[in-house]
Amino acid sequence: MQYSQKVMEHFLNPRNVGEIEDADGVGTCGNPICGDLMTFYINIEPKTDDLHMARIVDIRFKTFGCGAAIAVASMASEMAGGKTLFEVTELTRQDVADALDGLPPVKMHCSNLGVQAIQEAIKDYLQKIGRPDLAKTIQGCPKKSEHNNQ
Amino acid sequence: MIYLDYNATTPTDPRVLDAMLPYFQARFANPSSIHRAGHEARRAVEKAREKLAHLVVARVDEVYFTSGGTEADNIAVKGVAFAQNKRKKIITSAIEHHAVLTTCEYMTKFGFEVVKVPVDPHGIIDLNFLEDAVDDNTVIISIMHANNEVGTVEPITEISKIAHRHGIVFHTDAVQTVGKLPIDIESMGIDMLSLSGHKFCGPKGTGALIARTGIRFDPLSHGGHHEHNKRAGTENVPGIVGLGKACEIAMTEMAEEEKRIRLLRDKLWNGIREKIPDLILNGHPEKRLANTLGICVRYVEGESLLLHLDMHGICASSGSACTSGSLEPSHVLLAMGIPHETAHGSIRFSLGRYTEEAEILEVIRVFPKIVEKLRVISPLSKK
Repeated sequence: MQYSQKVMEHFLNPRNVGEIEDADGVGTCGNPICGDLMTFYINIEPKTDDLHMARIVDIRFKTFGCGAAIAVASMASEMAGGKTLFEVTELTRQDVADALDGLPPVKMHCSNLGVQAIQEAIKDYLQKIGRPDLAKTIQGCPKKSEHNNQ
Repeated sequence: MIYLDYNATTPTDPRVLDAMLPYFQARFANPSSIHRAGHEARRAVEKAREKLAHLVVARVDEVYFTSGGTEADNIAVKGVAFAQNKRKKIITSAIEHHAVLTTCEYMTKFGFEVVKVPVDPHGIIDLNFLEDAVDDNTVIISIMHANNEVGTVEPITEISKIAHRHGIVFHTDAVQTVGKLPIDIESMGIDMLSLSGHKFCGPKGTGALIARTGIRFDPLSHGGHHEHNKRAGTENVPGIVGLGKACEIAMTEMAEEEKRIRLLRDKLWNGIREKIPDLILNGHPEKRLANTLGICVRYVEGESLLLHLDMHGICASSGSACTSGSLEPSHVLLAMGIPHETAHGSIRFSLGRYTEEAEILEVIRVFPKIVEKLRVISPLSKK
């Protein structure tokens, strides 16, 4: 199993590491028991429920996990930053993996985690602005059992 | 490169390589051949057998050369179980190497029951549990001499006494101890022992099973009359000669080497724990291989540590899930009661013959910075 240069580059110099105090949305996926955990913090402008208008203007993350998990979080943060919420909900794990020039097969579950944790943060934002109905339409984290089966 | 992964494998000692080289070309003959060239190869094999027997205080006809530790473990467990048809229970420990664990699990296909003896938080097997588990239905007990991940040394003599009270064969996987610790199979009560050449500066693809006279076991491979009909196939003459040389070197240098390596290992541990909070030492504080330093670094994951170390030219190892491709961390650490999230942060430094003090000082300099960097990223770190 070997990582691409892109993975190693993001792993060694992860972008957007940190937290945002009073973030508009916070999302966590994964489980330390399984060996990976990601938390994303996002700020949104304008603060609307129009998914095509609202954009991620600031994004930070923290990750506990292997090399792939850290690289995925870093890449996913770069890909989601500046995008509208709609565009972010369209992101797939394959997009993140491709942007990293691929991941070893056993690490593909890590690429899921990145996209899902950011979408979880969007759900959190929508709930906070009073649109839990809209939040429900977004995927977010899988249930624990699904994660274990990957 | 700073190589601190000696429990995985070791470089071949140049003296071993020199001893082996003639047997590839000038003395390439088959030891089973009738001609004089064949006899010369036979003598080389038998000389190596003597050296190996000497190292573990066995008789020469109790040594069976194999391709390594895994094959020796397979022959011991399967061979003893299949050589009889009365007893149907195999006892092993929860922290064995996969070479033993997977072999035991395979035997359940043939109606054998497998009992795994649990260990305490230091990795020492529960002798009371073992005492309760053994019965007249037990055919073999296979418990390792020292664990590869944490280095804990098991109470072999006590285990063998329990085994022999019930007429059970006692096998030990001594892959991590042969060449590092003195072994006397007679006084330790060992019936069968597996060893591997490449763990003590011998060549890869070499090893042996020691089986005391009178222990009945079936061969795994059938064919010619090699190794007293117990392991068919032309002998790996250069490898066997190299293994013999490695045994000879260990015999004379083991005690000094152990002292030197223990000092370096303790220097490494003291050096990093002075600078890094929230470290957990894995394994027994004293009853542990002198070269092994297994630790859990809380709030970070082992593979990340290894990748960063690798970027600094430092080779170490981890029992973390992410290196094995499963979500489960090391079965050894879990058996010792270490929680999953902590076990994911395990890392193992294992020192050896060519480890120098300057290398240890470099790791002490670099490792705390790596941990700090990963803890900054980690959502589990304390603020």
